[in-house]
Amino acid sequence: MKKTPLYDEHLRLGGKVVEFAGWALPVQYTSITKEHLAVREAAGLFDVSHMGEFFVRGKEALEFLRWVALNDAARLKVGRAQYSMLPNDKGGVVDDIYVYRLSEGEYLMVVNAANVSKDWKHLGKLAQGFDVDLVNASDDWALLALQGPRAAETLQVFIDVELSSKRKNSTFTAEFAGLPVRLARTGYTGEDGFEIFCAPEDSSRIWRSLIDAGVTPAGLGARDTLRLEAGFPLYGHELRDDTNPKCTHLSWVIKNKPYYGREAIDAGSCRQRLVGLLLERGIPREGYTVFAEDKEIGMVSSGTQSPVLKRGIALAWLDSPHAEPGEEVMVEIRSRLYPAKVVKTPFVELAKK
Amino acid sequence: MNIPEDRRYSKTHEWVKLEGDVATVGISDFAQESLGDVVYVELPESGRQVAAGEAVAVIESVKTASDVYAPLAGEVVEVNESLADEPELVNGDPYGGGWLFRLRVSRPAEFESLLDASAYAKVIEEEE
Repeated sequence: MKKTPLYDEHLRLGGKVVEFAGWALPVQYTSITKEHLAVREAAGLFDVSHMGEFFVRGKEALEFLRWVALNDAARLKVGRAQYSMLPNDKGGVVDDIYVYRLSEGEYLMVVNAANVSKDWKHLGKLAQGFDVDLVNASDDWALLALQGPRAAETLQVFIDVELSSKRKNSTFTAEFAGLPVRLARTGYTGEDGFEIFCAPEDSSRIWRSLIDAGVTPAGLGARDTLRLEAGFPLYGHELRDDTNPKCTHLSWVIKNKPYYGREAIDAGSCRQRLVGLLLERGIPREGYTVFAEDKEIGMVSSGTQSPVLKRGIALAWLDSPHAEPGEEVMVEIRSRLYPAKVVKTPFVELAKK
Repeated sequence: MNIPEDRRYSKTHEWVKLEGDVATVGISDFAQESLGDVVYVELPESGRQVAAGEAVAVIESVKTASDVYAPLAGEVVEVNESLADEPELVNGDPYGGGWLFRLRVSRPAEFESLLDASAYAKVIEEEE
């Protein structure tokens, strides 16, 4: 198992370390529920150093990104970031990613840890024919995510840049108590917050400064329940090599321009759609079957008990006729059927920033 | 890890306390710690006959759903109703208020074949 530069900090804080995508990471420090609520109500800190970072530079960096990704990087001004996806040529998704425009001809792509080598190969192949320079910098960076309504005020104490002027999806360089960092007002929890890119050797100092300032360390468990409450997909669950992104609530990332694999995505039909499910009783889990009357109509791709709502929530792929908000369906939990309602995500009200 | 010596244990991390022919069953401190925050407990119905090793209850944590097995054969005579409102008792007081159900056991002598505290401590050691 690979260790992030913050591994010793996790042990010091009593983190329960598990394997995730080949990395040793804490699933929780004290309690998933407590860590989850700390992020919703105050601020939490995640080690997301396992995520992959690719630099895209060169004369045709923009043309390359417009070709390999669904969202349109041409819309990015310097210092702005966007959610996007890498399509394959079979109407599916190689990965979902974040693209940051760092300077005129320089972009940063943050990818899922589990997909680093797959993405790298895929992009390398597509880069032939483009005047573009790709660098896999995944091991050169530590990445911390400070998330929650108090993230900005907590971070401001250490940062030499006025954070209130930085909107969601901004990215900029700054100094954290004298240490060089790149900040992005992005995250995976649905809350306001910042992601902090820094040198591995500086990461412990930054981590400790924030923990000492009262931020709650939060593990993979809370990261998963938070993203699910926010309705965000997790690659390998909601999104896969064979899921057509136009059949999800994230279809907005697909912009009308030429891109790799467009024919297959255009041609794909949405027999099923990705929806949110809310239950009165019972906790849905990945792989559980969804019924309408006696007919099997789909499957849960991620589910949990929402720590905020204290009710079962899920993302599920359902046959399109049943995928409308308000539809009443049933989730099979241990041979019993529990009523569920198709709902719009996010499941909880999130900060608008 | 807290392993009281006044009761016995199963390899699947249930504890059993026998009084007469009535066995109280719960899950160990190790088990609740591994599960994390318990948010729902599905208990058997009173009157149900269960075999030793049969899955009789389910504990749902935020992370996952886990079966609880009957350590001994018998009839379910009582379940812990307070878990409906306070499932977190399984985390906070696994050996007391977090008990799950009581069995009138068919063969009380089989209690002796369960693990004592020191044998159970070894089981945990191997899993850690």
